[in-house]
Amino acid sequence: MLRIEHLDKQYKTGDHALKDVNLEVPKGQVMALIGPSGAGKSTLIRCVNRLVEPTSGKIFLGDLELAHLGSTDLRHARTRMGMIFQEYALVERLSVMENVLSGRLGYVGFWRSFFRKFPQSDIDEAFNLLQRVGLDHMADKRADELSGGQRQRVGICRALIQNPDLLLVDEPTASLDPKTSRQIMRLICELCEERQLAAIINIHDVLLAQMFARRIVGLQLGSIVYDGPPENLNPEVLTQIYGEEDWEATIEKVKEEGEELDTAALLNIAKVHPPS
Amino acid sequence: MSQGDAIRRWKRPPFIQNPTLRWGLWVGAAIYLALAFGTMEVNWDRVAEGMVRGERFVSAFFPPDFVSRWDSIQEGILESLWMTITSTVIGIILSVPVGLGAARNLAYRPVYLFCRGILAVSRTFPEIILAIFFVKLFGFGPFAGFLALSVGTIGFYGKLLAEDIEDMDPVQAEAIKSVGAGWLQWLNYAVQPQVMPRMIGLGIYRLDINFRESAVVGIVGGGGIGATLLTSFDRYEFDSAAAILLVIIGIVMVLEYTSGYIRRWVQ
Repeated sequence: MLRIEHLDKQYKTGDHALKDVNLEVPKGQVMALIGPSGAGKSTLIRCVNRLVEPTSGKIFLGDLELAHLGSTDLRHARTRMGMIFQEYALVERLSVMENVLSGRLGYVGFWRSFFRKFPQSDIDEAFNLLQRVGLDHMADKRADELSGGQRQRVGICRALIQNPDLLLVDEPTASLDPKTSRQIMRLICELCEERQLAAIINIHDVLLAQMFARRIVGLQLGSIVYDGPPENLNPEVLTQIYGEEDWEATIEKVKEEGEELDTAALLNIAKVHPPS
Repeated sequence: MSQGDAIRRWKRPPFIQNPTLRWGLWVGAAIYLALAFGTMEVNWDRVAEGMVRGERFVSAFFPPDFVSRWDSIQEGILESLWMTITSTVIGIILSVPVGLGAARNLAYRPVYLFCRGILAVSRTFPEIILAIFFVKLFGFGPFAGFLALSVGTIGFYGKLLAEDIEDMDPVQAEAIKSVGAGWLQWLNYAVQPQVMPRMIGLGIYRLDINFRESAVVGIVGGGGIGATLLTSFDRYEFDSAAAILLVIIGIVMVLEYTSGYIRRWVQ
């Protein structure tokens, strides 16, 4: 679904953020991108939807090459890529519903969006998605009245209503508590499964990455240094990505607790959001 | 203390590092102030005379006479309100494109410089100078006042709009861009919600300013209540002038109170 060839990004300040990155993410695959701060994770996903302009290289979404699109074609291409942000990036003073519907802006004309006259099919889909994440009763609340976890759910709805082929997820859990983090990660992975979406999830939490993604890519100083299943993440690999540290505890913990915690968290969701 | 390490003292580092410059500035300021107050000439006889005149002046204001010149007072007030409202609306409408162009994070460099130029020019001249200029161009009357206030509004509102846009949260803007929204949609969904509450408040504040300024531009021939006020002073009708001042104070107070209330409400 997504193929990146020889991607290079050098900022004007001279920082060489990405060095000859080659990556392929097939349809339906959830890939976690791990690495220390400043490794270029954010730059990589922002190059894909061109919020950051790549210096050189090619990016293919299906058969469409993204790196050299003109502004109109780029707008159309962006509708096929949903993005989920670290600080949720909801428009705070718009309602939950408006935030979700803003994901359709690439599909409707200016005046329709200006008068908030979205097609009924969009409104139905928005309610479906909000119901799926348990927030349909909040549709007319202002986004800044929501808690962090609720905001991130709205962010997920906004990305999914675009009906994308690819999800770009930038540190979705960095501002959330550990339990909400797991719930959000689980939700993203379930939805990707349901809709057969390819996804790149930037995440600095190795535990979470190992728990939810079947493929892990490690980025260090702009280059890919690991690409494989979570089971093969061993102390040597983590040292290569992050530097010298005692990694045994991190890995042990996942092996022991991974599944137990998973069930525990699921039970908690059931408690917090009883099926109505 | 004698044995072991010396005590590590700490003092807040001074704002100006160079001690000569630091003390020099203090001494310089003190000398200037001493000289300035020392050379102020106060003629106490004149002050005494002025006090007496002031007393006569104030007593001439009482009782304020609303009745004998009511027609022209009413006309002046209506003209001032007309000037206030039209110039605020037109000024704000015109300042929106200029403000958008003057926001560094929105406009290309040449557009930015051009719009900043417009704002700088219209902010250089206070309303009263603009009014004198427009009276010379278009003659006496409220039209000149309307133009002066409109230009003043563009400078005021455009600059604050541009600054508010520059301060907006870039992440929200990035999110709306990432869904494939067009430029106008992006303005409507990402920029407008972020700046709107403050801009509504500033619009009402400007309405308030424009009413007070409408009294000032009238004095140089821009029409409105200022012209009526000037006429009554020229005719030594201080009781009518007092009535006009009271009406102006009343309207300003009402506007002030409503604008404060609305600004709190839109947040």
